[in-house]
Amino acid sequence: MNRQSRFIISVLAFGYAFLYIPLVLVIVYSFNDSSIATVWGGFSTRWYGELLRNDQILDAALLSLRIALTSATMATVLGTMAGLALARFRRFRGRTLFSGMITSPMVMPEVITGLSLLLLFVTLQQLTGWPGQRGFGTITIAHTTFSMAYVAIIVQSRLMAMDESLEEAAMDLGGHPLRVIFDITLPLIAPAMIAGWLLAFTLSLDDLVIASFVSGPGSSTLPMYIFSKVKLGVSPDINALATLIILFISIGVLLSWLVARRRV
Amino acid sequence: MWRKAIIAAPYLWLLVFFLAPFAIVLRISLADPVIAQPPYSPTYSPDSFTFLLTDKLYAITYLRSVVMAAGATLLCLLLGFPMAYGIARCSPATRSMLLLLIILPFWISFLLRVYAWMGLMNNYGAINNLLMWLGVVDQPVQLMYTDFAIFVGLAYSYLPFMILPLYATLERMDLDLVEAAQDLGASRSRAFWDVTWPLARPGVIAGCLLVFIPAMGEYVIPYLLGGSESLLIGRVLFDEFFVNRDWPLASAVAVILLLLLVVPIVLLQRYQARDQEGTA
Amino acid sequence: MKDFIRIRGLSKKFGNFLAVDNVDLDIERGELFSILGGSGCGKTTLLRMLAGFELPTSGTIEIDGVDVTNQPPYERHVNMMFQSYAVFPHMTVEKNIGYGLRKERMPRPEIAKRVDEMLELVQLQELRSRKPDQLSGGQRQRVALARALIKQPKVLLLDEPLAALDKKLRERTQFELMNIQDELGITFVVVTHDQEEAMTLSSRIAVMDRGQFRQIGTPKEIYEFPSNRFVAEFIGTINTFRGHVAAKEEDSISVDSSEAGVTLTALGKQLVEEGQEIEIAIRPEKIFISKEKPDDGDAVCLPGVVDDLGYRGNRSLYRIRLESGKIVQVSSQNRRRSVTRFLEWDDRVWISWRPRSAVVLLD
Repeated sequence: MNRQSRFIISVLAFGYAFLYIPLVLVIVYSFNDSSIATVWGGFSTRWYGELLRNDQILDAALLSLRIALTSATMATVLGTMAGLALARFRRFRGRTLFSGMITSPMVMPEVITGLSLLLLFVTLQQLTGWPGQRGFGTITIAHTTFSMAYVAIIVQSRLMAMDESLEEAAMDLGGHPLRVIFDITLPLIAPAMIAGWLLAFTLSLDDLVIASFVSGPGSSTLPMYIFSKVKLGVSPDINALATLIILFISIGVLLSWLVARRRV
Repeated sequence: MWRKAIIAAPYLWLLVFFLAPFAIVLRISLADPVIAQPPYSPTYSPDSFTFLLTDKLYAITYLRSVVMAAGATLLCLLLGFPMAYGIARCSPATRSMLLLLIILPFWISFLLRVYAWMGLMNNYGAINNLLMWLGVVDQPVQLMYTDFAIFVGLAYSYLPFMILPLYATLERMDLDLVEAAQDLGASRSRAFWDVTWPLARPGVIAGCLLVFIPAMGEYVIPYLLGGSESLLIGRVLFDEFFVNRDWPLASAVAVILLLLLVVPIVLLQRYQARDQEGTA
Repeated sequence: MKDFIRIRGLSKKFGNFLAVDNVDLDIERGELFSILGGSGCGKTTLLRMLAGFELPTSGTIEIDGVDVTNQPPYERHVNMMFQSYAVFPHMTVEKNIGYGLRKERMPRPEIAKRVDEMLELVQLQELRSRKPDQLSGGQRQRVALARALIKQPKVLLLDEPLAALDKKLRERTQFELMNIQDELGITFVVVTHDQEEAMTLSSRIAVMDRGQFRQIGTPKEIYEFPSNRFVAEFIGTINTFRGHVAAKEEDSISVDSSEAGVTLTALGKQLVEEGQEIEIAIRPEKIFISKEKPDDGDAVCLPGVVDDLGYRGNRSLYRIRLESGKIVQVSSQNRRRSVTRFLEWDDRVWISWRPRSAVVLLD
C-alpha cells in the first residue's frame, strides 16, 4: 500500500464517518430515557410510545403520505410525457423553452419556487376563486411541478440510451405510433419510471420549504410539524420519529438495491 | 394529434405552474406594500428595489450568502474529490456498495439530517462531551448558532451532490491515461494535474454548481444551526414575507437572488445537456 | 409488370445537407438488390425512405404499381431487418416473430401456425420461448429475419444484415439468406458497405456516393467494367494510368501515358476523341509478372523493379516501381508450393497484361 492510497482510504473513512455518525447518534439517543435529549438517562423505548399517542404527528404523516402518493403519480405521468417528447420528438415549436422549463425546477432555490407558487395561487384565487383554501391540493401541485423534472430527466436519459430502431421496428411491423408507445416504449422504460416515481415520492415527503409557502392554516405536513418542534431545540420524541424514518428508508433503499443488483 | 397531446400536457403544466409564477413575482416586486388582502398595491414603483440596493444590510446579506455558499462548496470539493476518486478506483462490487452509502443519506429526510447536527453540536452534545472527555477543553465550546455550524451543515447536506457527478466523470475516465502520462515521464502529482484534473473538470464544475445554487437560497440550515444574527438571504426572504408581510420586498429579494443565480443555473444546464448527449 | 419498385427523382435534404440527390432506380420482382457505398453516402437514408421512416423532400416511390411515397411505415407492405436487429428485449422469440401478425389482428390459431412455419424456416424451434438476452448474435439475426418475413412483405429491406456477425458466421449466413430469398421469392433490398457481401449476395448492385448512384449493374459488370474511377477504386484495388488518346481505331484506342512510359492500348469503342485526357485502369490480378520480357506482341509490357512484396498464403502481392516512379500493384496466385521466393526486393521484372483486360475510365 502506497502513500496515495493510504491518503484516499483515510479520506473515505472520514467522509463516511462524517455522513453517518450524526445519524447513528440520533438513533442511539432515541432510546434515551431522559427527557433532556442530550443527557443519557438509561435505555428506554418510552418515546416511541409517546409518538404513537401523538395525533398531530399521525395526522401530519397521513397528509404527507397522501400528498406524496398523489404528486409522485402525477409527476410520473407528466414527467414521462415530457421525457418522451424531449427524447423522441426531435423538433417541435417551443422546444428550447420546454427543455429549459423541465430542468429549471430542479436547480431553483426552494424559497424562490415556494414564493412564486404561493403568489400564483393567491393571484388565481383573486381571479377565479380557486383554490378556495390552500392545503392538500396546492402542495400536491407544487410537488408535482418540481418532481416531474426529475422523472423527465430519468426517463429521457433512459430513452436516449435505448435503441430507437426498436420502436421503428414495431412501426415497420404494422404498429400505429401510439400503439408502439404502449407495446414497446413504456414496457422498456418502466424501470426508469419506477425509479422516477420513488424519487418523486421521497422528494415530496422530504419537502419543507415549498410546502410551508403553499400550505394554508390547519394543514401541516410531517416536515412542517417536525420543523415547528425542532425550532425549539433537540427533543427526544423527534429522535424516535427520526429513527423510524431513517430505518424505514434505509431498509427500503437497501432492498431495492439488492433487487436491482440481482437483476443486472 | 396524440403527439401534440403528449407535448401539450407537461408543457401547459409548466407554463402555468412554473413560468407564470415568475411573471407574478416580477409584477409584485414592482408594487408597493399596503395593508390589505393581498398586501400589495396595483400600482407600479421601483421602491422595493431602491430600498434593497441602498440599504447596506441587504447587500451584506447577499454577500454573506455568496461567501457561505462558496465556502461550503469548497469544503465539499476538498472532501468530495478524494472520496469520489477513491470510490472510482475500487472493485466494482465495493464501488456499488460505497456509492449506495453516498446516495442513502440523500433519500433520508434533509430536515432530519440537519436536525442530527443540532444534537451533535449542542453545548452538551456529542462533540463537546468528547472534547471535554479527551481533556482538549474544559469548557463547552460554542459550536451551535455560529457560522461554523452553518458551514458544516451545508457541507454535510450537499456532499452527495458533489460526489455523484465527480464520481461519474472519474469512473468514465480511462486509467491507462494516467499510466500513459507516468510512462512518458510524469510524476504521480504531475500526472494528476496534467491528466486527471482536466478530464474531471466537467464533473467538478457540475458538482460545484449543484452545491452552490441550492446553498445560496438555503433556509433550514441557517435557521436551525445559525445564530439569529447570522442572516442569509433565504431566511431574509422567508421573514420578509411571513413575518413582515412585505410581499413586494420579498419578491424583490427573490428577483435579485434569481439574477445572481442566472449565470450558474444556465452554466449547470449547459453541462447537464452536454452530459446527456455524451451518454447517448 | 417489369419494374416492381420504381423510384423517380427521389431527394432527401436534412437542413442544408443533400443526403439523397435526385435518384432514379428500378428494381425487378424477386431481385436481390444491393445498395453499396461508404458511410454517409445516403444509402441508409434511401432505405429508410423505402421503409417510410423518412419522407422524401421530392420525388416518388412506387411499389408494385402503388405510389407509397407518403404512406407511413405501418401501412406499407414493406418490412425491414434493422442493423441492430431491434429484437424486442421484453418479448420471447415467439412473441417477437408474431408481433406483426398481432397488429394485423389475425386470429390466434392462424398466428400460431405462421409463427411455427417461420421458426422452422430459420431453425429456432427449440429457442421459441427464450428472451433475446439469452440468444447469440446469429440467433437474434434470425429472429429479426423471421419477424420481418412473417408478414409476407412485397419487399424486405435489410440494413447491413451481416455487419454485426463475426467472419465465419457471416459467410454461412450469406448463403442462408440467399436460400431463403430463393425459396420465398420476395424482393430483397440490401444496404451494405461491404463490397464482398454485396458481390456474393446480389443479383444487381447500385454503387452510391454522395447521394447519387455511380453505377448500377450485376456484380460482374461492376467489377470488370467499372464505368468510372470512383466505382473502379471503391470495388477492389485497381491501378490507373493517366494519359492522352493518341489514336482511335475501330475497336481499340492507343493512349500516351508518361506514367507508364509507353503507349498503352485498350479495347472498346468508348466515346473518346483524340487528345482527350483519360485513364487506363487494370486490376492487380490481371497483370502477369515475369523476369524476362514476355514475347507476346499484343500484350502491354512494362519494365520495373520490385519495391515491396507481401505473402498472403493463397497469393502474393507485389508493388512494382516503374521507371517513371509510378507504383503498380500486382497480385499473383501461388500455385506452386515453395519455401523460396520467386522474387526478391529490387529484382528487375517485367509486368504485362492483355489489352482486353484494361478498362478505359473517362472521369
